[in-house]
Amino acid sequence: MLSLFVSVVRRDLLLAWRRRSDVLTALGFFLLVTSLFPLGVGPEPEQLSHIAAGVMWVAALLATLLSVSRLFESDEADGTLEQMLLSVEPLPVIVLGKVCAYWLLTGLPLVVIAPLIGLQFNLSADETLIVCATLLVGTPSLSLLGAVGASLTLGLRGGGALIALLVLPLYVPVLIFGAGALDAWRAGLGIQSHLALLSAVLLVALAVCPLASATALRIAQD
Amino acid sequence: MSDSPLTATRAPSSGFSLFYYASPQTFFPLAGKLLWPTWIIAIGLTIAGLYTGFFIAPTDATQGDSYRIIFIHVPAAWMSMVIYLVMAFWCAVGLIFNTRLSFMMSSALAPTGALWAFIALWTGALWGKPTWGTYWVWDARLTSELILFFLYCGYMALQAAIDDPRRADRAGALIAIVGAINVPIIYFSVKWWNTLHQGASVSLTQSPSMASTMLTGMLLMALAAWAYTIGVALVRVRAIMIERERHTDWVRQLGNATAGGSKA
Repeated sequence: MLSLFVSVVRRDLLLAWRRRSDVLTALGFFLLVTSLFPLGVGPEPEQLSHIAAGVMWVAALLATLLSVSRLFESDEADGTLEQMLLSVEPLPVIVLGKVCAYWLLTGLPLVVIAPLIGLQFNLSADETLIVCATLLVGTPSLSLLGAVGASLTLGLRGGGALIALLVLPLYVPVLIFGAGALDAWRAGLGIQSHLALLSAVLLVALAVCPLASATALRIAQD
Repeated sequence: MSDSPLTATRAPSSGFSLFYYASPQTFFPLAGKLLWPTWIIAIGLTIAGLYTGFFIAPTDATQGDSYRIIFIHVPAAWMSMVIYLVMAFWCAVGLIFNTRLSFMMSSALAPTGALWAFIALWTGALWGKPTWGTYWVWDARLTSELILFFLYCGYMALQAAIDDPRRADRAGALIAIVGAINVPIIYFSVKWWNTLHQGASVSLTQSPSMASTMLTGMLLMALAAWAYTIGVALVRVRAIMIERERHTDWVRQLGNATAGGSKA
């Protein structure tokens, strides 16, 4: 099972490496959206540092949403998905491998680039570290929940808007705990509870989402 | 593929079975029989509840007469939450036992649930203006009710986007169940978020003691909302049954019986 997981991850990473521009789109979107906020709300440093965590989290949510709808698209187009469904190997593990590769390609870059945006938003080093930590724990949940939406809307008309309607309400807890950590730290409450809750959400998502996504794929290709 | 010819030829078994009414063919007449009693109960309870609420219940000491919207607001909020759970329950039953009627029931309930959620938000806003001086605060209950409304919208939008009814049923069922798992998580996350921010210092947990007539009125209205929901869901599920099973024999016979021989 582990070798199956590793081979799926390797395959998706290799495919992405051969088409590098696809990966950069979500990252570019993230950078662009966060850069729009100072233009919209004004460049006062205190105000920017006040909204920084929320802006980065909402941008991460939207960037995930934008790219996750393509998670199964190319596999469906060339028939690979059908082979995956027919295979004797457990489908949830295959889905988990795909989501893992997807997170490495779109979630992890957001965490890496976040300090740069922290600079733009006048965050101190400690504050930047907190935002990065929450993004590191929170973005895998976003990818997992997004995979459920992507498999449910696979091949449907109006897929992009539909996946937003399905998945965004489910993202609310992640957004609240993720963006709330910085506020809690500023209020002197510590961030352990927020990180623990984010991890709890991640564990539940790890248990439920691959199964739900695999079921949805079987429904879609029925 | 939902119009399987097998179901049309299956004769209703005589012995009692848990699944006897799980087939549209047998449930359709039962739903028709239940319809009128449900409507009568709904109308009767509404009249009784509104009379109690508007004429018998005393005026509130702090809020004046504006509190009387509670008789619509609270039952609507209750129903919106209960219906989502009932929907998720029927979806789970449908996925486990592969009964088509469960999915039909669930999609018949969804618009009513969304309607209750919308009414709860709307009346809440109207109530908020005189009591808190604002139509909307980002309170935990208001925010979770709004997200619940979005969950209903997502379920209905997903079902509407899929043409094949079998796939629409199952995909909708999956998102309803995932949503139901998420509802408590959303509620508590919003609650903690709200206590941390505490922007508007509005306490929604007042009303230390409620006059018993107020409570009676509210309970009557809540029961009326139940009856209305059951009635309207039965009407809708009957329409869905006929639409989905229009190629089967029993619907054709039904058409012959009611329309005096015209072919359905």
